Amino acid sequence: MRATLVHRPMDPSALLDEVSAPANGAAILFVGAVREVNEGRLVTGIDYTAYDAMARRELEAIVAEAASRFDTPHVVVEHRLGTLHVGEASVVIAVAHPRRAAAFDAARFVIEELKRRVPIWKREHYVDGTREWVDPTSPAASGAHASVVATETAVRGDDTQ
Amino acid sequence: MTITVLLFASYADAIGTAELDLDLPAGSTVGDALHLVSRMPGAARVPANPLMAVNERYARADQPLAAGDELAIIPPVAGG
Repeated sequence: MRATLVHRPMDPSALLDEVSAPANGAAILFVGAVREVNEGRLVTGIDYTAYDAMARRELEAIVAEAASRFDTPHVVVEHRLGTLHVGEASVVIAVAHPRRAAAFDAARFVIEELKRRVPIWKREHYVDGTREWVDPTSPAASGAHASVVATETAVRGDDTQ
Repeated sequence: MTITVLLFASYADAIGTAELDLDLPAGSTVGDALHLVSRMPGAARVPANPLMAVNERYARADQPLAAGDELAIIPPVAGG
């Protein structure tokens, strides 16, 4: 298990190597990257910032939860901070497990939880030179804000969404 | 008592600082601190019920604060 914030380009294949073990019949590698269009606007890059100490703590908690819930110690995540260009990887997750279903589920769990509760923010740069902080909750308005604390315990229950 | 308030991303931009000290009466809660911050110039950007954390753990508005606590007011997270 490992969860790390990095300020340099990542090497996805190194994470895949890190989780490999003879018992594992399946390995999943998830790579999240900066895409060139968001909400209809052309993006040239993204600044990623974090509440470093808490982001590290939450990432470590998510990896531990995934390991426990899906019964594999082979869960690794790296999230990159700083300024990234289109196409560059912002997050890499590698999970290995004896069985493929659990490997897929665990990788999905890590990315969804990361997006829900790790205090990381991104400011997109657009082709017209403007920059804006991304607010994933904006269409849903303020109702989505308070949900992290409320669902913190439910996450450890039978959540398969 | 004095606590430290941390602001991030759009909230830090709106209020014009990433960190400030807040003097509060003993027994104050997270919600009391938020109320003071919400009256600062630029704080209209901060919603009535933002995500908040005390000492790096998500907290509810009714959680009591202690001197030296670090209260983070957290904009909608956007990792990944």
